[in-house]
Amino acid sequence: MGKPNATKSALLIILLLTFAPLLFGQTAADVQSARITKLEQHIADAKTSGDNAWMLTSSALVLMMTGPGLALFYGGLVRKKNVLGTMMQSFAMMAIISVLWAIVSYSLCFGTGNSFIGGFHHLFLRGVGAQPDADYAATIPLQTFMIYQLMFAVITPALITGAFAERMKFSAMALFMILWSIVVYAPMAHMVWGKGGLLNASLGGRFPTLDFAGGTVVHVTSGVSALVCALYLGHRLGYPRQPMPPHSVVLSFIGACMLWVGWFGFNAGSALAAGSLATSAFVATHFAGAAAVIGWSGAEWLRNGKPSALGAISGAVAGLVAITPAAGFVGPMPALAIGFIAGVFCYFMVVRVKARFGYDDSLDAFGVHGAGGTLGALLTGIFAASTVNPIFKDAQGNALASGMIEGNLHQLLNQLVGVLIAWGLAIVGTLIILKIVDATVGLRVTEEHEVQGLDLSQHGEEGYYWEVPA
Amino acid sequence: MTKIEAIIQNSKLDAVKDALHEIGVEGMTVIEVRGHGRQKGHTEFYRGREYTVDLIPKIKLELVVADKMIDQVVNAVAAAARTGKIGDGKIFLSRIDEAIRIRNDERGEGAL
Repeated sequence: MGKPNATKSALLIILLLTFAPLLFGQTAADVQSARITKLEQHIADAKTSGDNAWMLTSSALVLMMTGPGLALFYGGLVRKKNVLGTMMQSFAMMAIISVLWAIVSYSLCFGTGNSFIGGFHHLFLRGVGAQPDADYAATIPLQTFMIYQLMFAVITPALITGAFAERMKFSAMALFMILWSIVVYAPMAHMVWGKGGLLNASLGGRFPTLDFAGGTVVHVTSGVSALVCALYLGHRLGYPRQPMPPHSVVLSFIGACMLWVGWFGFNAGSALAAGSLATSAFVATHFAGAAAVIGWSGAEWLRNGKPSALGAISGAVAGLVAITPAAGFVGPMPALAIGFIAGVFCYFMVVRVKARFGYDDSLDAFGVHGAGGTLGALLTGIFAASTVNPIFKDAQGNALASGMIEGNLHQLLNQLVGVLIAWGLAIVGTLIILKIVDATVGLRVTEEHEVQGLDLSQHGEEGYYWEVPA
Repeated sequence: MTKIEAIIQNSKLDAVKDALHEIGVEGMTVIEVRGHGRQKGHTEFYRGREYTVDLIPKIKLELVVADKMIDQVVNAVAAAARTGKIGDGKIFLSRIDEAIRIRNDERGEGAL
């Protein structure tokens, strides 16, 4: 009895399925449009996959710049007794700033707030998930954007450590960096990159400053703060009378090469997608680094008669710093010019200006990052091209001139505003924080500990524990 | 017994060792040292900072020989280590009162 019944109901279902569209008034056009919607979804998914792959890779590359890149670069430049202390200062940022970021600083940087700082609604990363934020990056999960930006927040304070190398207490350094990350970095990042930030070029800033990957946010703030630290802490015992040559230019060399590679994630990743803008920034970054080596080494060769390895790698870093704000706005030829100028300029800052004024910016955080970042930010206003990146548009969506060479003279002024705000914030913020830390935990190690070295006095270990060979 | 201390250029160690083996010297102690004589140091530049390095790495060779060997050893070392340029080093001689072989307490020239 059951069998014919089953056949009957099967037939009924087939009939229903076949004519259902007709029954509910659906036409062939509807079916097609449904297919198109589905296809569009597939295309969007594919684009997300591509962009997300590049952005996760870039995030890892930028983390590699801090550890081991910067840790090696700085570690090699100090004396043997301070190698671990110096490397630890960079590494500690990878831990401390990350935790801080998850709790509060992401929200302060990128949350919706006022023109100067973000709000608190992303506290504890609330609302930061798989869903993209179209204002920042429409094709990648907001969580990817968040972790990528974290890597910038990590390396920026780590850059400062070069100025107070070999003489600051580890505890003081940790407290200083926590405060600095909130007081200086967060407002600056929000102003330049955050929604509604005062200097944001694409999201309605009052003074649209072009800063593709952090010329002002990362390098000017860290470099200027570094100078303030060097002046406030005073020089190392025995400086400049006593020779303090780098204990291993070899370590610095390896570190600098890793920085160069990591910088592709830093600058090309700042396109926040894997398209042609990323390529353009990648290319500009590379050529600027190369030209800067020639600039610095050439200047050194003319002056000392020899091009040193330390000079060559310092030049590369200077060029990479200077191209950072410009990377996504200029073509390869301006990139060569920016890099070359930065190489010569930073050599002059480190060799002549530092000697002239006698401050002990021990590892030249100001001479390279502060000076190179300021130079790069201003040159961006000159060389930025709408053909590379149509960042400014009129009401109809047509590209407007970007930089001075294209006829937008005003942009140089905006760049200057961005630079001045970064300088001002860095000077005032750093001074206040130094006062607070000095009054609470004290900034410098004791003379005895400084002579002994940070490795032993701060960490109870030695970088090189040579055993007597058996 | 006489102790012969020779301070030589790093690059000459192998030549001196070979010369000593040829005349039958069986033992020596080699120490890496830094120092300078009349030879001036050199200048190094790190980011524009100039450092004069006046203590230059050298090799110090120590050997204690029987008195009859002195001239032969000194000549061999000097000939092998000489380049004729400033910085070739120096040889010092001093008397040794006693030598003891730790393994079997042998004394005097026999212990060398």
